[in-house]
Amino acid sequence: MLRRLAAFVLLALGITVVVFALTEIVPSNAAATALGEQAAGDPAAVAAFNEHYGLDKPLPVRYLIYLDHLLHGDLGQSSVTHNAVSHDLGQFIPATAELAIFSIIIASFVGVAFGVYSALRRNRPSDHALRVTSLAGISMPTFWIALIALYVGFYRLGWFPGAERLDPGTVPPPTVTGFYTIDSLLAGNWGLFTQSVHHLLLPALVLAAFNVSLLTRYTRSAVLEVIGNDYVRAARAKGLPERIVVVRYILRAALPSVVTVLGLVFANVLTGAVLIEKIFSWPGIGQYAYTAAVNLDVPAIAGVSLFVAAVYITINLIVDILYGIIDPRIRIT
Amino acid sequence: MSAFAIRVRGYSGRNILVSARHQPLAAIGVVIAVTWIVVAIFAPLIAPYGPLAQNFTASQAPTLHHPFGTDELGRDVFSRVIYGSRVSIPIALVLVACAAMIGGLIGAISGYFRGVTDGVLMRSADLVFAFPPIILAMVVAAVLGRGLTNAALAIVIVAWPSYARVVRGLVLSVGESEYVQSARLLGAPARVALFRDVLPNVAGSVLVLMTLDLATAILLLSGLSFLGLGAQPPQAEWGSMVADGTQYFQWWWMGTFPGLAIFTVVLAFNFIGDSLRDIFDPRTAWRTQDEQ
Repeated sequence: MLRRLAAFVLLALGITVVVFALTEIVPSNAAATALGEQAAGDPAAVAAFNEHYGLDKPLPVRYLIYLDHLLHGDLGQSSVTHNAVSHDLGQFIPATAELAIFSIIIASFVGVAFGVYSALRRNRPSDHALRVTSLAGISMPTFWIALIALYVGFYRLGWFPGAERLDPGTVPPPTVTGFYTIDSLLAGNWGLFTQSVHHLLLPALVLAAFNVSLLTRYTRSAVLEVIGNDYVRAARAKGLPERIVVVRYILRAALPSVVTVLGLVFANVLTGAVLIEKIFSWPGIGQYAYTAAVNLDVPAIAGVSLFVAAVYITINLIVDILYGIIDPRIRIT
Repeated sequence: MSAFAIRVRGYSGRNILVSARHQPLAAIGVVIAVTWIVVAIFAPLIAPYGPLAQNFTASQAPTLHHPFGTDELGRDVFSRVIYGSRVSIPIALVLVACAAMIGGLIGAISGYFRGVTDGVLMRSADLVFAFPPIILAMVVAAVLGRGLTNAALAIVIVAWPSYARVVRGLVLSVGESEYVQSARLLGAPARVALFRDVLPNVAGSVLVLMTLDLATAILLLSGLSFLGLGAQPPQAEWGSMVADGTQYFQWWWMGTFPGLAIFTVVLAFNFIGDSLRDIFDPRTAWRTQDEQ
């Protein structure tokens, strides 16, 4: 456990080194981009800027200054929005997080159900059909599914709104969590809640496609690992109803290994979000990262990658710990 | 683990062919993939028009003359889809080969020499794993500048660590096995052990990984182009064609057909890779009826 934590800390430090190196590599006149043309002409302002970010100091010192800023939540200033990157992230993260969580919940239920069904009917036609479907699911580019979903669901049928988190001109609920669904419920605004769910549904479903396939496949193998065990046979021999055998005996034993792919699921959702936020005009970190990458906005892209990597390794750490709790045979070293 | 290694060793080419007959998906995958490769090679002969020729009425729905319609600039979408195969497929093949070579070499060194070398190399692999691929690829593409070569380079950077891990794990486990130990005892030099005894065992797993990675690489590459960080206009590339399609999505054919092209190629490689994995790891395999 301690070793795992130590590895985590090392990895986190490694990430800061990589991101720091990134900000160093990019050839740009940091002062000029951050301050704008006018201020860059003023030697005093440039000197103050260089002083603040330690740009006049040697590399290792600059790294330490960078770490110190990080600890104080200072990620630098975006050269596109001219806001502090941490402020921008605070604005954009809830939109993506809400979409991601919605989509992961959908994907988990559907994927696990498909996987169990597939394993129980192993090698029957329905199992083979699910195999082909799940392979198709991981082969379709998310942005293409988004395009087709939008064409059919919005343009042709008009069942779903085409863009944004709320209808145009709607005032968002007072910010508590930044999740419009939760905030509108907290404000007691039922209409706003259904509206935000309506807007979430199509992008969340599109994002879920890849993970449904992934979870179907993982659940299927996990269930197959345990399904032949003696205790499952014993439970069936006792005459327990199939539903109870599946839920209490098979799923209970198979789920821990499904939980281990949660990190991967998160990475997929994030990849998808980066690609489809543009199509759905969803104001999340995917759009932010994209704008930053296109405009060479180094502090912004560094901030996004730092944040995403931090979340990613934290999820993987939690998964490891959870795995140890759910399955006592695994001891984390 | 050593049992696994020895079993894989027992597979001859003939056995794989026999297994392939029980793997209809693999056969379908091979047919689709070969078709696309042929299309890529003979693109100028197959495509009725040039990929950049703007000679037609803009944004026509599919007709007999233009089976996939025309785009907003009056280019033939069918010809552009055909030419698009010359971008994604060769780049993906090259970059996966590069990633496998770099990663495989690093993994082999890591597993064979162990100790400090292993620690340093594997920690750097962990570091790459700490970033979701698309973010890392975006960062690299942003730092190096937009363009197909840089996007491909970004994907190599993202892809090598999985090879390093797989190869290292296998080299470690095979290195423990008795026949390698006895080869060592007999005085075979390290080099010989690595190439003659270890490499053949690793080949299967790496092959599976490479096939599946081809699928991932094409998705990632077209994704980067979709975002505008890969292929630049007016080049006919599937991802950027889908991006054009999202601008004019009432003209559904502009984005649908290039997306379909990505889908079929990626599906082909996933079919092959998944079937290969069944062959090398039959525990959770999908089987056809007659095999049971």
